[in-house]
Amino acid sequence: MSHENTLRVLQERFGAGGFTTSEFRDNFRVIVTPSQLYAVLECLKQACGFIMLIDITAADYLHYPDARDRFGLIYSLLNIGTGERFYVKTYVNEPDLTLPSAFPLWHGADWMEREVFDMYGILFDGHPNLRRILMPEEFTAYPLRKDYPLRGRGERHNFPVITRAEG
Amino acid sequence: MPVEAIEPIAVEEPEKEYLWTLNFGPQHPATHTTLRLILTLDGETIVNAVPDIGYLHSGFEKLGEDLNYNQYVTIVDRMNYISPVANEIAWHHVVEKLLGIELTPRCKYIRTLFAELMRLHDHLLCIGAAALDLGGFTAFLYAFYQRELIYDMCETASGQRFHPSYTRVGGLMYDVDDAFVQKVRSFVNGFPKAYHDIVRLLNRNRIFIERTRNVGVLSKEDAINLSCTGPIARASGVVRDLRKDEPYLAYKDFDFKIVCGTAGDCYARYLVRMEEMLESLQIVDQAIENLPGGPVNVDSQSKVVLPEQLSTYRSIESMIQHFELVMPNRGFEAPRDELYGAIESPNGELGFYIVSDGSERAYRARTRPPSFIHFAIFPHLIKGHQLSDVVAVLGSLNIIAAELDR
Repeated sequence: MSHENTLRVLQERFGAGGFTTSEFRDNFRVIVTPSQLYAVLECLKQACGFIMLIDITAADYLHYPDARDRFGLIYSLLNIGTGERFYVKTYVNEPDLTLPSAFPLWHGADWMEREVFDMYGILFDGHPNLRRILMPEEFTAYPLRKDYPLRGRGERHNFPVITRAEG
Repeated sequence: MPVEAIEPIAVEEPEKEYLWTLNFGPQHPATHTTLRLILTLDGETIVNAVPDIGYLHSGFEKLGEDLNYNQYVTIVDRMNYISPVANEIAWHHVVEKLLGIELTPRCKYIRTLFAELMRLHDHLLCIGAAALDLGGFTAFLYAFYQRELIYDMCETASGQRFHPSYTRVGGLMYDVDDAFVQKVRSFVNGFPKAYHDIVRLLNRNRIFIERTRNVGVLSKEDAINLSCTGPIARASGVVRDLRKDEPYLAYKDFDFKIVCGTAGDCYARYLVRMEEMLESLQIVDQAIENLPGGPVNVDSQSKVVLPEQLSTYRSIESMIQHFELVMPNRGFEAPRDELYGAIESPNGELGFYIVSDGSERAYRARTRPPSFIHFAIFPHLIKGHQLSDVVAVLGSLNIIAAELDR
């Protein structure tokens, strides 16, 4: 599985200096700016055959050694025909935590983006239904952020209790 | 007296007010797990379905940032508790990819064997429970008896039936013994009979076919666009199986086929799962008969596995190594990087994305749970069908809420 072809298409489209790449084991990543993100994803889908979105996830680099950016978003793509996997990464920082939604390209992005929003508070522009998915609606924090404590902030003990008579 | 022709009752285009809402779950016998659906009905036809999940959310990914690479395995096998060892294998597959560990041949074979036993385990539950919901109680009993035998094997190998926590970084908790091999052999001999009993009960069962064929149809394009993997995608004609496409463990050594369908309905998903069980049984048979000898853990010089108990007591090097691995803030030395790895779990692609900061625990341990991705397509599959088809579609997707919510 070679990434040269994919990389060449991206370089032709965005210029050789438009993004950086990195590689670890069999994971090949391109790191793009948030403003390029949608165009890169679209190019990968339309021109390089990455018709399947495997996963969207995020990581909070608050305590990561030598990290400069707060949140990293990772898009895992798959080319079904050749079996090639490709990873697109972008960083966002507070206060502007908005990214374009990948929903128009892959409808599978719906719940993945909702989960990232739920856990990290990153907003996806153009998502049809960006609500919390795993946490309750009235929850105010974003639990997978590194500044959120492991045992919570007492939400569990302060949930409203509905008695049988009230319900 | 002749009857006068009366005016036919004018059928007005009614307002949308007649639509009514039905709450399905979170505790309902047919959901099997804790999930909730808000259905909008027109008579018995489903106009819209909104899944509401999160009832079992227990912060597994947050815990993954607090427990080290070996400890987190106990959490991982509570995700898809129907095939626990498959989750453990997936987790440690990615951890070993991160640490750059090459397993011993014996460990690879045993893990492959367990991965396939778990596939049987999972498919038996899926088929049994789907049959139960659709009125085939007997098939459920036959399937669950076979599952019980697999639980026995887990107990023999690890001492635990339900949550074995069997894998470790660089190896396994224990090696398997002769009693385990005997159990697998007798299972391989006995399974085809039970399998054909289920086939005879369901494959040409008119009620079962009527309730599953052309229900919940997923086209190939939608399967790809909606990120489906595993038996659900293969039933729609997506020819993809990580065991063949990205061979991991010992899958290169075995002779087996990938099962695909084209119809994409509940019946096709059922048939794909049934055929996959036969292929899995073949792999189990080949693995147990060709089990290589040698150690089950990687060399203890690699500093990822605990040294043997006797040498811990008798040599200073082993004792230091034991200490280093067990004490907090020591242990594994991981490269400071991040990667994604996946295996073909019974339900589809089960992947983990690990961000490592060089310490003994993951900085971020993301799970790509197949149940989560597959439940997202549920509204797409159910629209326009009858209320009674909800259980057929749910059964064919095999949603495990503990994995769905994590």
